[in-house]
Amino acid sequence: MPDALLSVRGLTAGYGAAPVLQEVDLEVAPGSIAAVVGANGAGKTTLLRALCGVVGATAGEVRMDGTDLRGVRTQDMVRHGIAHVPEGRGVITELTVEENLRLGHSWRRDKADGRKATAEVFELFEPLARRRKSAGHQLSGGERQMLAVGRALVARPRLLLLDEPSLGLAPKVTAQIMALLRRLRDDTGLTVLLVEQNVRSALSIADTGVVLSLGRVVAATDAATLAADEDLRHTYLGF
Amino acid sequence: MDRFLFLTVDGLARGAVFAAFALALVLIWRGTRIVNFAQGAMAAATTYLGYSVTAASDSYWLGLVAAVFGGLVLGAIVERGLMRFVDVRSPLNAVIVALGLVLVIHSILGIVYGSRYRAMQVPFSRESIEIGGTALLSPYDLFVFGTVLLVMVGLALVFTRTDIGLRMRAAAFAPDMSRLLGVNVGRMLTLSWALAAAVGALAAMLVVPTEFGAHPHSTDLVFVYAFTAAVVGGLDSPAGAVVGGLVVGLVLSYVSGYADGDLSAVAILVLLIGVLLLRPNGLFASTTARQV
Repeated sequence: MPDALLSVRGLTAGYGAAPVLQEVDLEVAPGSIAAVVGANGAGKTTLLRALCGVVGATAGEVRMDGTDLRGVRTQDMVRHGIAHVPEGRGVITELTVEENLRLGHSWRRDKADGRKATAEVFELFEPLARRRKSAGHQLSGGERQMLAVGRALVARPRLLLLDEPSLGLAPKVTAQIMALLRRLRDDTGLTVLLVEQNVRSALSIADTGVVLSLGRVVAATDAATLAADEDLRHTYLGF
Repeated sequence: MDRFLFLTVDGLARGAVFAAFALALVLIWRGTRIVNFAQGAMAAATTYLGYSVTAASDSYWLGLVAAVFGGLVLGAIVERGLMRFVDVRSPLNAVIVALGLVLVIHSILGIVYGSRYRAMQVPFSRESIEIGGTALLSPYDLFVFGTVLLVMVGLALVFTRTDIGLRMRAAAFAPDMSRLLGVNVGRMLTLSWALAAAVGALAAMLVVPTEFGAHPHSTDLVFVYAFTAAVVGGLDSPAGAVVGGLVVGLVLSYVSGYADGDLSAVAILVLLIGVLLLRPNGLFASTTARQV
């Protein structure tokens, strides 16, 4: 994949002396959904955090559409087209739904398109439109997930990083979120890098899958192959 | 009854200044979890700046503008040059650094200006106007009320209506998430300190001329009262700071009016202790704990 939107090579990163990620290679093609799966503690969250510069990398390189992201500050990642929905969603609970969304595009110069994108999000997530004046802490888990994804989308990202979107959600809501990701990929060409414990639902919508184990990539292939590989599933994913 | 009315209005007028000063403390607390114990000393410094500019230009207004602008700059310098490097894992560190800054500022002011009080002018008469036979507010009181009201409404608009205000709030509530949303959190902190110091400078310019005038320690008591006001209001709540300031002003006014002026400082400490005992999070502490 020479024309990958995101390309990661030899990424080693972690907290303190012991690296959590070791020489991770990863490529995500534009307009595709890539799922990173693996057991608890495999380094999935650290991978996303390292991509955004929240966790420092000690070696390796990350390129977004050819641009080297080394030295780019976390606060500037969104300007390179990367939106990150972190673990636990990161809805700012003191702010209202509208304010969270406004924050999502407040860095952009194109205010008109920011408002347009917000209107699109309200269309996409009906429940949010009804609760636009509600504070974040009044929302249900599902609504928070919608808000977190919506807030990422108003930035009009090229790459969406999603950390455990299914966590704490009812299966039905998880299915809705997954279906939405697929629709966004098909309709807008959005590229998604998804980290999930919920392997089945992640691989069901993904184009490619990467299995992380103890901070290393142990398998990387298309999602269907991965889902069918029983040995791999037994060894690394536990089902 | 007349006396009660007079004391109430007088208390609110004094309270308005404490409210503004307390608001400045809340601004910084919300952004950094630091109680800026140097705020009084910083305001003393900007008050001298206002005094000097007024003395040189013979214009009260130029002095006022200079003090507020000086506050903006001083706040930014203190954050960028000092507070940013404080390890906030222990809350005591920031307190000690701030107290150190107080000593430095007091010393510098003492060296430059000496320790005698410098009388400062006020732009309007401080003679109370009689309404229905009762001496109530003076034109200067009205000026103080109006200015404080303007500042509060202005800040409220900035924080709720503008993008920069939204970013400042977001940076205070959730710095890590804000960075992921493209917010330059460091710059927002600098801005918070600058704004807070400017509000503190303005409050000091309103109150110091009504007392003995500029002095290195002219704002010490104001700080204690404003700190009490902020704690009464819950430290986290701008509305609480305003109400707390007015409460402190009223308590001061009633105690000195009905009992003894010497007791007023004691009364404020009693108020502080009482609130801390009964509602340790302040009267306006938000009931929603932060959820992740």
